[in-house]
Amino acid sequence: MRQDHQLALVDNNAADGRSMRADIASIFEQVLGHPVQIGDNTDIVEDLGMDSLGVMNFVMAIEDFYDISIPLDRIAQIETVGDLVHAVEDLRSGTPA
Amino acid sequence: MTILAKHAGLKQAYDALCESGVDPAHMRFDAILSPTEGVLDGRRTILMGTNNYLGLTFDADCIEKAVEATRSQGTGTTGSRMANGTYEGHWLLEEALAKFYARRHAMVFSTGYQANLGMLSGLVGRGDHLMLDADSHASIYDGSRLGGAEVIRFRHNNPDDLYKRLRRLDGAPGDRLIVVEGIYSMLGDTAPLKEIAAVKRETGAYLLVDEAHSLGVLGETGRGLAEAAGVEADVDFIVGTFSKSLGSVGGFCVSDSPDFDIMRIVCRPYMFTASLPPGVVASTLEALVKLQAVPELRADLMRNARRLYDGLQAMGFQTGPEANPIVAVSMPDQETAVVFWKMLIEAGLYLNLAVPPATPNNVMLLRTSVSAAHTTAQIDTALEIFADVGRRLGFLTSDRRRAGGAV
Repeated sequence: MRQDHQLALVDNNAADGRSMRADIASIFEQVLGHPVQIGDNTDIVEDLGMDSLGVMNFVMAIEDFYDISIPLDRIAQIETVGDLVHAVEDLRSGTPA
Repeated sequence: MTILAKHAGLKQAYDALCESGVDPAHMRFDAILSPTEGVLDGRRTILMGTNNYLGLTFDADCIEKAVEATRSQGTGTTGSRMANGTYEGHWLLEEALAKFYARRHAMVFSTGYQANLGMLSGLVGRGDHLMLDADSHASIYDGSRLGGAEVIRFRHNNPDDLYKRLRRLDGAPGDRLIVVEGIYSMLGDTAPLKEIAAVKRETGAYLLVDEAHSLGVLGETGRGLAEAAGVEADVDFIVGTFSKSLGSVGGFCVSDSPDFDIMRIVCRPYMFTASLPPGVVASTLEALVKLQAVPELRADLMRNARRLYDGLQAMGFQTGPEANPIVAVSMPDQETAVVFWKMLIEAGLYLNLAVPPATPNNVMLLRTSVSAAHTTAQIDTALEIFADVGRRLGFLTSDRRRAGGAV
């Protein structure tokens, strides 16, 4: 039962994952004010030149968009766009419907 | 390469600040003359950045009590209350605080920082949820990491954002604790406590208010923002400090929680540190008496705060949103902030240079804190110095200067 549930999630995430990257890119663009090229390995601080305030505003915009709260210890672990996608996926699947 | 090489980035930023001729970490006073005056580099200087809200640091009775207690009980307790026992003053102070706040329990810590560390780590732990205002003081952030609770940050002073985040937790197990400050230490703005209390009631969360900068400042009897907002019954825990209005050092928490005493063996920042020395406890007790017996101090404080705030605004400086004893002037960039600060100090006005990440929204601030002990003449001198430096740096347009006619 538990396994079925997880399999279903993996399928959903594969579909969501692609559109999620596009959504995240457009949120980056809103916060930074210019277009960005991102991939899973893009480093949010190094490659996109965000300071800690920029990251905080960006995280809050992501939280609003997906209706989630990312706990501080999870934020600290996020370095790349791929890390962010995984965190959002985890939090969305963990949220009671 | 040393073990400290990892701080190279921070060192570079700090060195750049020092090269411009200022070094806030090594600002050395030759003498402190009164709550509002010191000697810096041989110059008599107005102190306007010391959080000495009621000006009680030189109160003759407070000093006398401290001297008496030091003579009779010694300079220190040399250990924690668990190990070395509780002195009479410790429980007298806890009794006085509980009575002042009309609460069942009070617990005294050795600093305000430790009070937040101890309370936040003791009240919530793994499986619980800690809801912090994004602009919280470092002691709140540090305390949030000590207990292992899940930490969620909400937008500064935004009860709707807090509500939304608590709603997202619906169905999740664990306690929820909301933490806000009475007056925020950088911009001097107050929390919208009525609205936050409503969110707390609706979501079944607990509420802790840090009244560090609002004790002795806000409220009919000086109990702080919870009293001023009329929501004391909704506040489960009030944390505060002795190092601002009460003129000494130490921290506390008061509560009506019936099992509160367990915190004495739960809070590591309470158990594993030396308790406050008798002299500090005695002067704090006396200052708490003064705070209640002399309400004029609060009136003087707010009058001074209003005069400084209005004066700076009239000159066209950009200040915080409210005329509280913390009056912060925002600067366009770090270079200007540093030069401005240096010139204020050279002109005999001491206040705080506050730069990111200590400030919200990356702003550069010249942060003043007003005291009841400032004279009207000192406030006016401070305003004149601000006006003069502002003019010399091309800060104030002539129109604005006319608008600030009093100066």
